[in-house]
Amino acid sequence: MEFALSQEQRLFDDSLRGYLADRLPMERLRALAEPGDGFDAALWQGLNELGLHGLLVPERFGGAGLGMLDAAVAAEALGNAAAPLPFAGTVMATLAFMSGATEAQQDNYLPSIAAGESRFAVGFAGLAGQTGTASVTLDGDRLSGHLTAVMDAGAPTHLLVFLRDGTAAVTEASAATLTLRRSVDRTRPLTDIVFGNVRAERLDAANDKLAAARRVLDAGRVVLAADTLGAAQRMLDGAVAYAKERVQFGRVIGSFQGVKYMLADCVTMLEPCRALVWYAAHAQDAMPGEARLTALHAKAQLGDVGRDVARITTEAHGGMGFTDLLGLHYWFKRISFNRQVLGGPERCREEAAELQGWTLQA
Amino acid sequence: MDLSLSDKHRELQSQVRSFIRQHGGESPKVGGGRKRPDRKTLDWQRLLVEHGYVGRTIPRDYGGFGAPPDVMESAVIAAEFAHANIYAGLTNQGISMLVPTLLEVGTDEQRRQWIGPTIRGEVIWCQGYSEPGSGSDLANAQTKATLQDGNWIVNGQKIWTSSAHYADWMFLLCRTEPDKPKHEGLSYLLLSMQSPGLEVRPLKTMTGRSEFNETFFTDVKVPAEQIVVGRGKGWYVANVTLKHERLMIGDAGKMTHRLEQLIHLLRNTEIDGRSLIGVAEFRDRLLKLQGEVLAWKAHNLRLLTEAAQGVDSGVRRMIVKYGGTMLGFRLASLAVDALGAAGLPYEPQGEDAEDDDATTWNIDYIYDVGLMIGGGSNNIQKNIIGERGLDLPREPKVQNAAAIGRG
Repeated sequence: MEFALSQEQRLFDDSLRGYLADRLPMERLRALAEPGDGFDAALWQGLNELGLHGLLVPERFGGAGLGMLDAAVAAEALGNAAAPLPFAGTVMATLAFMSGATEAQQDNYLPSIAAGESRFAVGFAGLAGQTGTASVTLDGDRLSGHLTAVMDAGAPTHLLVFLRDGTAAVTEASAATLTLRRSVDRTRPLTDIVFGNVRAERLDAANDKLAAARRVLDAGRVVLAADTLGAAQRMLDGAVAYAKERVQFGRVIGSFQGVKYMLADCVTMLEPCRALVWYAAHAQDAMPGEARLTALHAKAQLGDVGRDVARITTEAHGGMGFTDLLGLHYWFKRISFNRQVLGGPERCREEAAELQGWTLQA
Repeated sequence: MDLSLSDKHRELQSQVRSFIRQHGGESPKVGGGRKRPDRKTLDWQRLLVEHGYVGRTIPRDYGGFGAPPDVMESAVIAAEFAHANIYAGLTNQGISMLVPTLLEVGTDEQRRQWIGPTIRGEVIWCQGYSEPGSGSDLANAQTKATLQDGNWIVNGQKIWTSSAHYADWMFLLCRTEPDKPKHEGLSYLLLSMQSPGLEVRPLKTMTGRSEFNETFFTDVKVPAEQIVVGRGKGWYVANVTLKHERLMIGDAGKMTHRLEQLIHLLRNTEIDGRSLIGVAEFRDRLLKLQGEVLAWKAHNLRLLTEAAQGVDSGVRRMIVKYGGTMLGFRLASLAVDALGAAGLPYEPQGEDAEDDDATTWNIDYIYDVGLMIGGGSNNIQKNIIGERGLDLPREPKVQNAAAIGRG
């Protein structure tokens, strides 16, 4: 029994964090946030060289063939850096092709994901428990209808859509009408999509397509939970550093118990969440019996703890925390974004209740 | 990441399982712990020591099983006993706190004398730490001991001495060097509860029971050699002991067990003919708690791995007592809320009878408040997390403490 990251995972984490610290300083983040279109071609290409995009793609398709724990490590690093990158979309698309595509479709798409040539915005018409409207029909190979508030919308080359019954369909992004919407998180836009009878490929090789769709969705939720973990840790580290520097009443404010206890509360909430994210990520690959429940709880728990840590750490920075100058708000808003997409805590817990047969009892 | 057991641990697991199949019927009931172990419990404890399920890594010379240190083995054993709902042995302050302290800093003679009888449950210890005037500020202890003709003469008062009314011996923190600064003036003595001049009075708490006592010392004689480490080293020894107490209080296994009982309770409690697990307001609270218990369980696996690898867990260990007691209280709170008005009849029993289910939940709910205060209150824990874990500066020392607040 060893509940820890491997040496390889720690090295990957270090190299990813080192790269992101170098390429994404605050001024670069601000410049990217200004247009709000959520894509940085240079960053995408650089991370491609680190092997990020093909992380979960099997080696025979040119990827690294790694697992969800590796994806969670990467997502935590991306959240820590507030990196504008459609990583959840990449993970979900990879898993959708691995579980639901024919071999010909895998041959066609997986190598291009691993090479960083394809970027997927993944939309759920139902299933994920998002607000907004969604009405999508698939008639043979023709896709019609619309979806709102689809995440990972920064410069997608392809769209992957899950219908309510778990059927998945892929189309080129250029075939549909996309309306980009800047979100509260200016580094990550959303998009509204209209499909006007466009040609799409069905992914229906899975035996149980609804279960396969839920596995994809849960993987996306684990990635978002890990992203929030990284963002919240960044905010906490910042608040601790600030509390050791800022002087009031002739003392650094971190020596006041009022401030100290706020930060002690944050670490007490957040640290067990890291173990939960690791456990849930590992379960997706290694413990099918626990995979759904732990993914749902990870998404819900990080949604709640993320919000508390974001609020408390901003408050610990005093007035400076509220300004645009420090840029703390990028992480605050990233955490807000992650909470709402692919189903908030209430929805995830409701699914966990259904899973355990707790909604049927009267 | 590998959550499977190694061959060695799987072998141990099957040994424990076959032990439980063979001897499980001899086990006393799980729970209790408010009274002196009876014959059945002592026989069971002896059996566990013989098989290495208690005192596993304690050297044979000191009455243990002599296995090499391996925290994973302890975890495997604990999991099997918990799963089978079989009594895993006594947990008391002697076993959980004094024994590890003597192993760490005691003399060979002290270890030979005390460890064996303590782990077998033959000698029961109580802890003489807190005083009416020194709770969180433990190093301010005023109970004094002076050396006269080869004996310490102890005078003063201790409070919160759980199990003092049936304990055989006490480990005592007292002031032996009144001229030294407060942290350097303390010593750690071992004394018999039969000593003349020692009086134990039960202290009734808000549960309605007397889980604790007040202990009064009037010229109590303690042979000079019954000191651990040495004069003026009491604060150091006390901290060795406290480290073990805090880990004991934030136990993830206990939370898991309580969550399971809570799920059972919500399934089987009805309002207007509806099971509470189907009522959204209750169910949502349960789900939130389930997520948190899962997180603490995973956190515990991480701590266990770090202990096995000899890695210092740092702040991850420091949060256990604070986080664990808060979560435990919220689990009990939901149970009390689910029981509602029908759960209010409250009849705590004495030491020889079992409480009914509703009373048990209410005692847990009330007692957990005590756990937030005892063993270093949660505010003290937050100081530790902030100062030792996050490296934040301490509050400045007040220069003239007596003048402030008492002036």
